[in-house]
Amino acid sequence: MEIVVCVKQVPDTETRIKIDPAGKGIVREGIEYVVNPYDEFAIEEALVLKEKHGGKVTVITAGPDRAVDALRTALAMGADEAIHIQASQEDAVDSIGAAEVMARALKEIPFDIILCGKQAVDDDNAAFAPALAEFLGLPHVTVVTGLEVDPEAGEAQVVREIEGAQEHITTSLPAVIAAQKGLNEPRYPALRGIMQAKRKKIPVSTLADLGLEGETLPARTEVLSMMPPPPREGGEKYEGEPEETVARLIKALQAEKLV
Amino acid sequence: MAEKFDGIVVGAGPAGIAAALRMAGAGMKVAVIERGEYPGSKNVMGGILYRQPTEELVPRFYEEAPLERPITESRLWLMGDGNVVSIGCRAAAFAEEPHNAYSVLRAKFDQWFASKAVEKGALVLCETVVRDCLTEGDRVVGIRTDRPQGELLADVVVLADGVNSLLARELDMREEIRPDRVAQAVKEVISLPPGKIEDRFNIERGEGVSIEAIGDATRGLVGTAWIYTNRDSISIGVGGLLEGVGHRRLRPNDLIEHFKGLPPVRRLIEGGKTEEYLAHLIPEGGYRSLPRLVGKGVMVVGDAAMLVNGLHREGSNMAMISGKFAGEAAVEAWKRGDFSRRSLEAYVDKLKDSFIIKDLKKYSRALPFFERNPHFFRLYPGLVGRAVAEFLTVDGVPKREKQARIFDILYERGRWNLYRDLYNAWRVLR
Ligand SMILES: Cc1cc2nc3c(=O)[nH]c(=O)nc-3n(C[C@H](O)[C@H](O)[C@H](O)COP(=O)(O)OP(=O)(O)OC[C@H]3O[C@@H](n4cnc5c(N)ncnc54)[C@H](O)[C@@H]3O)c2cc1C
Repeated sequence: MEIVVCVKQVPDTETRIKIDPAGKGIVREGIEYVVNPYDEFAIEEALVLKEKHGGKVTVITAGPDRAVDALRTALAMGADEAIHIQASQEDAVDSIGAAEVMARALKEIPFDIILCGKQAVDDDNAAFAPALAEFLGLPHVTVVTGLEVDPEAGEAQVVREIEGAQEHITTSLPAVIAAQKGLNEPRYPALRGIMQAKRKKIPVSTLADLGLEGETLPARTEVLSMMPPPPREGGEKYEGEPEETVARLIKALQAEKLV
Repeated sequence: MAEKFDGIVVGAGPAGIAAALRMAGAGMKVAVIERGEYPGSKNVMGGILYRQPTEELVPRFYEEAPLERPITESRLWLMGDGNVVSIGCRAAAFAEEPHNAYSVLRAKFDQWFASKAVEKGALVLCETVVRDCLTEGDRVVGIRTDRPQGELLADVVVLADGVNSLLARELDMREEIRPDRVAQAVKEVISLPPGKIEDRFNIERGEGVSIEAIGDATRGLVGTAWIYTNRDSISIGVGGLLEGVGHRRLRPNDLIEHFKGLPPVRRLIEGGKTEEYLAHLIPEGGYRSLPRLVGKGVMVVGDAAMLVNGLHREGSNMAMISGKFAGEAAVEAWKRGDFSRRSLEAYVDKLKDSFIIKDLKKYSRALPFFERNPHFFRLYPGLVGRAVAEFLTVDGVPKREKQARIFDILYERGRWNLYRDLYNAWRVLR
């Protein structure tokens, strides 16, 4: 089976994000990047499929130089091949553009199934999987928590999460599957895997190679402004002797009807 | 079958990377294992990096390394009884390239330093903890990590795993940490706009200040507090002997909050935002607590070997140079194909011939002396402040009488005690 996983590198979820002075993007300096957590479920599922049905797992990303680290993480977990499409994406929050690029790249390689995360935790668009499927003319299932593939029949049984229930779906293959938390437990890469990943040569292609112009992922949207959430109110501080401050505190709590 | 390397380094701090640079640079096949997310992610340093030792590893590093500010002025503050006596030095040479020292943020610097070892061909593996050394009899032959299929073999293992070095302890090369031989340090990075920093510290863009403070700065503990200017932040910290911290039931956090609250400090950091807070140990045992530095197929470097000169806040330089020596000894052993203990002893010989062991020996009596005589930190900084203040107070008192008053202040512990203290301090420091 030819299994493809699309991954995205995103700021570490523990990063404290700062808005840049222009107010249209974030300050990139000092940010640590990780593989989008939902993509990790997709990678793990691809490895499980390979272990069950044989075949090959190829991971692919479109992003700047640093994005190659996301590919190495996937290789360390056990993916066989990686493809890096060089593209800056610093200010793009446009999943459609990313999907278009990815669709062009995927036309060049064979695949039986395409996996990705249900959304990237940086822009939270959740539009990439459906858009990719649309560009490729394939069916897609999103928010997936269960997957059984029957390569002979060219079909997959998919479980997806919906409000308060589960949906069981049969889809023909190839299809685009977008992973949700709960699909599996991503593995801790073995030392040998990490070393092999470090040494692997990863082919790079440019947007021009894919017949696109420019160096940035094509965008159909534009960020007008970005704002941090309003800061939390400072609260109140009572100073003085305990007898007095406690009495004031109790009064304040009663006034708010909290006690 | 586990993969075999010529050399494995545990820990990607300054010591470990220096060793890896030397080994990989000579063509050895080297792996560095680091438990942090990336080199530097777990490392704490108040942040002064010295140029000369760093250049021994990467010549002209200052042209490309992520440095904060050159240190163009150093100040010493004696604090007590609400007074501060400040002694400063702005040496002409400090202001010129190549500078004597720089402030750095380790999270950035270590990552860059490690990238130099990668350029030389070393394999740096992060987010991987070394659990123990693999041994055959009394020879170290590799390491075991916390990862699946996590064993690696090597002719020589360099332990650069920092002050706690569990690995050196497991090999019985080192004793348990003693509270009277390590300092508890707490550090914060506080962000401030560059313009504010330059105004408050009276410097230009591209200049930096280091301040060392004793006395009330550490609440009289044997130790120091410090403030270093970064580009758009300030590193501030306090370190005191763990024993003193424990005796007086001080929490590390109380120490730094006390220092930050002192008026001269408060003004420098006002309006800044705390970005990071870290607590860490600093080995201060010096010469007396040196571990066994080599064994069959193994060497211990940097903080793991307790190579720190606390009095002069030199740690990263000793770490780098000890790592360099160990790396060189490993390369010679590799060329001879002999990794026996005797072969690796070359590392110890190099250390002994260098400033590292010489300085640690020179100061070996200093720490126990100051521990026995805590008034050097608790009382004298305050006395100096009061004496200088008296001297500067114009109040109609004739100068001869003034002089007598000043001596009265300085003789608070008794005239002979003062002379004896000064003589003894001179003896342990000379
Ligand atoms: C608050 C503070 C301020 C300081 N200020 C200065 C200063 O201004 N100037 C100066 O020169 N020195 C200073 N020092 C001292 C200096 O930081 C140290 O001497 C220096 O970092 C020692 O380098 P090292 O490589 O030996 O150890 P470290 O820098 O501690 O590096 C050890 C590395 O090993 C890794 N590690 C540990 N165990 C394992 C394991 N089992 N498996 C894998 N990896 C492991 C750790 O994650 C770490 O990255 C300061 C120290 C402190 C605590």
